[in-house]
Amino acid sequence: MSAVVDEGLVVPDAPAEPGALETALRAGRAAGRKLLVPYVTGGYGEEWTEVVRAVADAGADAVEVGIPFSDPVMDGPVIQEASELALRRGATPVSVLDDLRDVDAGVPLAAMTYYNLGFHMGHERFAASLAEAGVAAAILPDLPLEECGPWAVAADAAGVETVLLAAPTAPDARLPRIVRRSRGFVYAVGLLGVTGERDALASSSLVIARRLKAVTDLPVLVGVGVSTPEQAVEVCAEADGVVIGSALVRRLLQGEGPVGAARFVGEVRRGLDALAGPPARKSG
Amino acid sequence: MALAEPSPSGRFGDFGGRYVPETLVPACQELEDAFREAWSDRGFRTELDDLLRDYAGRPSPLTECHRLSEELGLRLLLKREDLNHTGSHKINNVLGQALLARRMGKTRLVAETGAGQHGVATATAAALLGMECVVYMGEVDMGRQALNVFRMRLLGAEVVPASSGSRTLKDAVNEAMRDWVATVESTHYCLGSVMGPHPYPWMVRELHTVIGDEARAQCASLLDGGVPDVVTACVGGGSNAIGIFSGFADTAAELVGVEPAGGAAVGRGVPGVVHGMKSYLMQDEFGQVQEAQSISAGLDYPGVGPEHSHLAAVGRARYEQVTDAQVIAAFQLLSRTEGIIPALEPAHALAWVSRDRAVLTGRTVLLNLSGRGDKDVAQMMEVLG
Repeated sequence: MSAVVDEGLVVPDAPAEPGALETALRAGRAAGRKLLVPYVTGGYGEEWTEVVRAVADAGADAVEVGIPFSDPVMDGPVIQEASELALRRGATPVSVLDDLRDVDAGVPLAAMTYYNLGFHMGHERFAASLAEAGVAAAILPDLPLEECGPWAVAADAAGVETVLLAAPTAPDARLPRIVRRSRGFVYAVGLLGVTGERDALASSSLVIARRLKAVTDLPVLVGVGVSTPEQAVEVCAEADGVVIGSALVRRLLQGEGPVGAARFVGEVRRGLDALAGPPARKSG
Repeated sequence: MALAEPSPSGRFGDFGGRYVPETLVPACQELEDAFREAWSDRGFRTELDDLLRDYAGRPSPLTECHRLSEELGLRLLLKREDLNHTGSHKINNVLGQALLARRMGKTRLVAETGAGQHGVATATAAALLGMECVVYMGEVDMGRQALNVFRMRLLGAEVVPASSGSRTLKDAVNEAMRDWVATVESTHYCLGSVMGPHPYPWMVRELHTVIGDEARAQCASLLDGGVPDVVTACVGGGSNAIGIFSGFADTAAELVGVEPAGGAAVGRGVPGVVHGMKSYLMQDEFGQVQEAQSISAGLDYPGVGPEHSHLAAVGRARYEQVTDAQVIAAFQLLSRTEGIIPALEPAHALAWVSRDRAVLTGRTVLLNLSGRGDKDVAQMMEVLG
């Protein structure tokens, strides 16, 4: 039997220079903004690229585009349904990235998908495909720190930022390791559970944001369970911003289209702007 | 120990690992630590051994099939996991994990199930230890295994339909993982095969080595200290196969896993990552996981445990594929010639032995009869008319 490198233990250092996503988010924060990153399921509905443009125009600092996967274990019913419908419409990683190529959203784009799609395509090819489609970053929720090495090498080389997640279950010693490797921002998982709307903001959202802010100056965005403008405002007492997925995708599933999506994102934007106050404030 | 320990990151060669949402990484680490500690603790091992003997009915016998051997022109030995309490090998793993969960202070078990055997075993262990139990089962499987759904409910478990995707075993795994992401502080995910994130493939194997250890000793006594020429078992995730292979990996015995033709993860040989592990995986040209198609709900799984991928890649084991029609014939063959109605899963292994008997002529074949066929009788009544 040949000697095998234990690839699960090899995690390269993150690039020193921030990429397009991180640069934009840091600038937004420095200007006194709270950051807003809506999530749109790629390939769901005829008008999905219109939705990306619309939410960008409505005040998003970046847009997260889901590339649908057959087995989305980190997603709840709403995003599962949109993914399944997109797949049934024939969406593939190639078609979603092709569609994105023609989108000039005016803000950075981050792809959110599951690792197997990139692994299957090949790390280098997947990273190059993202870069060619104008996607600045990748969020792979089933690729934790210990496993991200082989992907990160290819992504770093292609200039694609790898956003890592940090969860409430992480012991204190783990968080500095995660934020050191994460680029773009650090995705704070707001609660124990999968994506989906909740009636109230989980207190764990504030706790994980505070814990992360204590160990990094990377933008800290809370996602999973942030459903309303009020909840976004509440969590931004600690966090630099929010990712909002299911609450937006549910509106798309209900047929609200680009107009409804923009209306909702605009509401969240106004809520956050009211909280952040005048843009003279010093950034964190 | 005949099969090797995985690497520190949980790899068997290139396969395995821990590809889980960040929320679950600490839980997997905690589980690994707890299992290592318990597995080297004499008290824990004694408690488990006592349960396996007094509650599950171990050791399971080794049966020599005289009539069928004659018909096939070879010497067929069956390891009778079908005679365990709850009707399959699944109880070995479940009793170990339930004891471990209790030791870790968990009060709730979640599990996925395909044919229902692992779900029934988990519900049984939960009842025995007074734990809460939720079993996720694909909607399609709930239809074809209604009897096991009733059993689980009788045992006090809640059975939740997995209604996304293909609505079979793979989707039940997704639902169980989503549950665990939300409940990880109180809940242990009692995974039913040698799959999933590290430490499961290794831990579940260790809990099934009892099959191989017993069979090795039983074969030695029957074969004058020898070992069988061939050791075979069906492979979905692959827990019963790993269990029996573990007893013979350091011998000259040929190890043969048998997959359904419609769920041939190893047969197709394309690596992928899903359900926490890197392993061979049935997927389309873009990496979307495909739906397996098999008459047996327990093998209706597009992936396979990572150690099987490794054993295949390095050539220590080989993997054959059989069709549903061959399985149905084998199901009837064993019933008619030996008075043993097998589950459809191990009928796959027998289907291979029967189909390839020409190359097995005169050889001694040990087959792991991983479960009994009671659960499949209603389905087969429809198929056979």
